[in-house]
Amino acid sequence: MRSHNSKRMNGVHDMGGMHGFGPVHVEVDEPVFHQRWEGVVRALMHKTNGRYYNLDEFRHAIERMPAEDYLRALYYERWLHAVDTLLQEKGVTTGTPPAPAPETARPPSLSARFKPGDQVATRNIHPGGHTRLPRYARGKRGVVRKVYGPFRLPDANAHGDHDAWQPCYAVEFAARELWGAEAGAADKVCIDLWESYLE
Amino acid sequence: MSDHHDHDHDHDHDHHPEAPSEVEARALALESLLVEKGLLTSEEVDRIVSMYEHDIGPMLGAKVVARAWLDPGYKQRLLADGPAAVKELGIDYPPSTQLVVVENKDGVHNVIVCTLCSCYPWPVLGLPPTWYKSAPYRSRMVREPRAVLAEFDLTLPEDTSVNVWDSSSDVRYMVLPQRPEGTESWTEEELTAVITRDCMIGVARPRVPAEATS
Repeated sequence: MRSHNSKRMNGVHDMGGMHGFGPVHVEVDEPVFHQRWEGVVRALMHKTNGRYYNLDEFRHAIERMPAEDYLRALYYERWLHAVDTLLQEKGVTTGTPPAPAPETARPPSLSARFKPGDQVATRNIHPGGHTRLPRYARGKRGVVRKVYGPFRLPDANAHGDHDAWQPCYAVEFAARELWGAEAGAADKVCIDLWESYLE
Repeated sequence: MSDHHDHDHDHDHDHHPEAPSEVEARALALESLLVEKGLLTSEEVDRIVSMYEHDIGPMLGAKVVARAWLDPGYKQRLLADGPAAVKELGIDYPPSTQLVVVENKDGVHNVIVCTLCSCYPWPVLGLPPTWYKSAPYRSRMVREPRAVLAEFDLTLPEDTSVNVWDSSSDVRYMVLPQRPEGTESWTEEELTAVITRDCMIGVARPRVPAEATS
């Protein structure tokens, strides 16, 4: 795989709203794994995720793939790329396996800035690394429906800071706020967003 | 590239995954390397694969939905605390994610997607189908849900609110479909049979054959 990509993350993985991918194809009676290697990759991830890397690092390793490779790759080929990349970067396959990182404890509660029913706006930000604020939902107005967490902030957890906890909110957006007048008047999109994505 | 080419490109890879042997070789090489380093055994790999293939699947979610249809108290507990409610039925829900069940009602239809990757409530539904992880579904479900649902033969009235849940955090969503009319006398087993994976994703509604209604 090429590695000309920087870590900047307005990536092709952030697909919400994109045109050009055509209709959804459904495979009838699809098996769980089409071939044994797919199951092997799943199992390798199952076994190493949480021990040598976390899920945000895993997602970011996929997002760091050059866009053309990401689009061309099979689903489990992306997973294989991420597991392989991370196990090399963490020294697991290239040297002495490191001791598993100690788990940081979830804080029992954090005071949440917002409550259900609050009007919020998403920040118009374009972070340089991993984020879970989809591009289609930046700079938009919505309403808090549920309060979750605290969860680790993915933007930090993917980049070495595993102790950045934040409240997270299910924020409901009118479809027309996101997509304009063509969207259904009664339709909504609900996205889970960390507190620092909101203002 | 023309649209037509894009279409074929996606079709080839998402619908008929024929693994290039190079990918397979890389996967098996990494497996061997980890076995050699003593970090896993091939028996463990087989056990994990078998768990995904046999122990989990939409039959778990169907059991949860059928119970919620039959027992209003259970339904309330399910909507309030998904992991605890599925554990009541003997379903193991790992602590790494939370489960939030969203209820379809008259005038409200829920559907789940993950636009950024492939988040899915696999402890209750099994691994997601390829189409759920594909570019067409991820790109379009948030922007034109009614068009996508129509491709699944599901057409909803204009005044029904389509609520799309983009699974972007540690929460996994599952849809609680509406119990079909004409099933009032059905047993839990009979109900379970009409609760498909697609109903719990939200791209279908339970279908009752005309001759089966009571």
